[in-house]
Amino acid sequence: MIDLHDKLVLALGERDGIPAQALAACAESAGGRVVYAATQCFV
Amino acid sequence: MTTERAAPPPIIRPAVRAARFAIAHVPGLIPAGSKPRRELAARGAAERAALLARLRSFEDAVRYPPHQVMLGTLTPEALRGIPRPWHDRPVDGARPEGPGGRIVDEMDFYAWLARADTASLIYLTPEFARTLQAFGAPERIQTMTAPDLARAVERGADPLRRAPDETIGAVVPAHEQDESLAAPVLLENLAAKVTGGLALRTLLEAVDSDTPVDYLIGCGEEAVGDRYQRGGGNLAKAMGEVAGVRTAGASDVKSFCAGPLHALLVAGALIAAGVYRRVVVVAGGSLAKLGMKYRGHLSAGYPVLEDVIVGAAIDVVPDDGRSPILRLDAAAVHRVGDGAAPHQMAQVLSVAPLRAAGLRLSDVDRYAVELHNPDITEPAGSGDVPYRNYQMIAALAAQAGEIEGSAMDRFIEAHGMPGFSPTQGHIASAVAYLPHAIAGLTDGRLRRVQLVAKGSLFLGRMTNMADGASLLLERNEALPAEGRPA
Repeated sequence: MIDLHDKLVLALGERDGIPAQALAACAESAGGRVVYAATQCFV
Repeated sequence: MTTERAAPPPIIRPAVRAARFAIAHVPGLIPAGSKPRRELAARGAAERAALLARLRSFEDAVRYPPHQVMLGTLTPEALRGIPRPWHDRPVDGARPEGPGGRIVDEMDFYAWLARADTASLIYLTPEFARTLQAFGAPERIQTMTAPDLARAVERGADPLRRAPDETIGAVVPAHEQDESLAAPVLLENLAAKVTGGLALRTLLEAVDSDTPVDYLIGCGEEAVGDRYQRGGGNLAKAMGEVAGVRTAGASDVKSFCAGPLHALLVAGALIAAGVYRRVVVVAGGSLAKLGMKYRGHLSAGYPVLEDVIVGAAIDVVPDDGRSPILRLDAAAVHRVGDGAAPHQMAQVLSVAPLRAAGLRLSDVDRYAVELHNPDITEPAGSGDVPYRNYQMIAALAAQAGEIEGSAMDRFIEAHGMPGFSPTQGHIASAVAYLPHAIAGLTDGRLRRVQLVAKGSLFLGRMTNMADGASLLLERNEALPAEGRPA
């Protein structure tokens, strides 16, 4: 598993893909610090 | 005194009788779309020239295969046999109307815009106003000379343009200090009013014009109001006015791109309860989304494909012995406590309501999902949106043991379709398929169609949630199994 300790994370989700909250939860579980999380719709 | 209660009234089954689209081809207004407006301001004249060099003619827009699918003269499945990009494969003999609606050019759009301007906010050049008379514009149009127009634009008016770059008028602000009544906002709302009203008129000209409409439900993505009630709404009533519908009351139902399915659910419930006998769901198009992905299109050497604003009108009536039944018992909405990951959405919107009705995923002939045209989305990096939605439904069918994992592609081929809708948000979200669904469920061989739509509530920053809704349309059992008798 990727180690994100000491890393800052920008979590950019997509409406028909992975929501930002899910990305952020994964990043935090890997030790990262999420500094920005937003889900976007690109259509 | 009697203890007997009156028998409950019979339940009326709602049916979706017809749907029509009004597609306004307005390449001259692309610079007024949100993305081009910002990019052209930042990048200057060279960027503007590059965009204007890649506009489509009206003839090209009419002959564009996905637009002919919207108009109902080509089936979505027929696109599988047409190599992409589809703008390189114009349809010979294409006409600007069909069983799914009509496409109008800039002149028709501006004539309707002038007609819809009840607040006297639009000024046209004297020359253009005269030209517009031949297109049904009202006799009295406010005019302004070109130098006066330029001064008005300096004071906050928003220019109106014909392709490629001819300024033919302007919308003026309705209040000097009210951002909700700024000229660009008013132009967006007027464009929605015109396209929704035109779709309504197209529907009523073609379908049962003698039966009055009782109620209109608006479900577009505009926000109409002033500074004290931004988004106050009821554009549906204004659409009814411009379409000449005098019998109807109206209100709006909002949920981003999922709005039309929520509105259809409400319309079906009003019919089932016997409150109304004819409800029309209406939606205007989104001017803000014009040219949203133009930079991707320019990079790919494509024309700017987001050059249309699309309105819709959907007729909901009691069971007439022919039209597809709207199964209220198999409708679903995404609830506050439901998860928003794609598989959770598909479970809530597609699997759960079918299971509750005793159906399998493969009992649905076609899934109408987010039907965005991939030729529009892929050059901008957004991928093939409908295909991703179909992959998820197929995966859930495999997980449920209905199909083998290796059969997912066949499931998608059999129960899905290529995307074809202009990227007009709420229009692309399932309802773009309605004319084909109704034809297939009456004259064709379809038995069931599930409409599935999602809404990006999180974009408004009031919640991190998404939204969604689904509806099941079923062949009317009064019809024979495979189309009407000859």
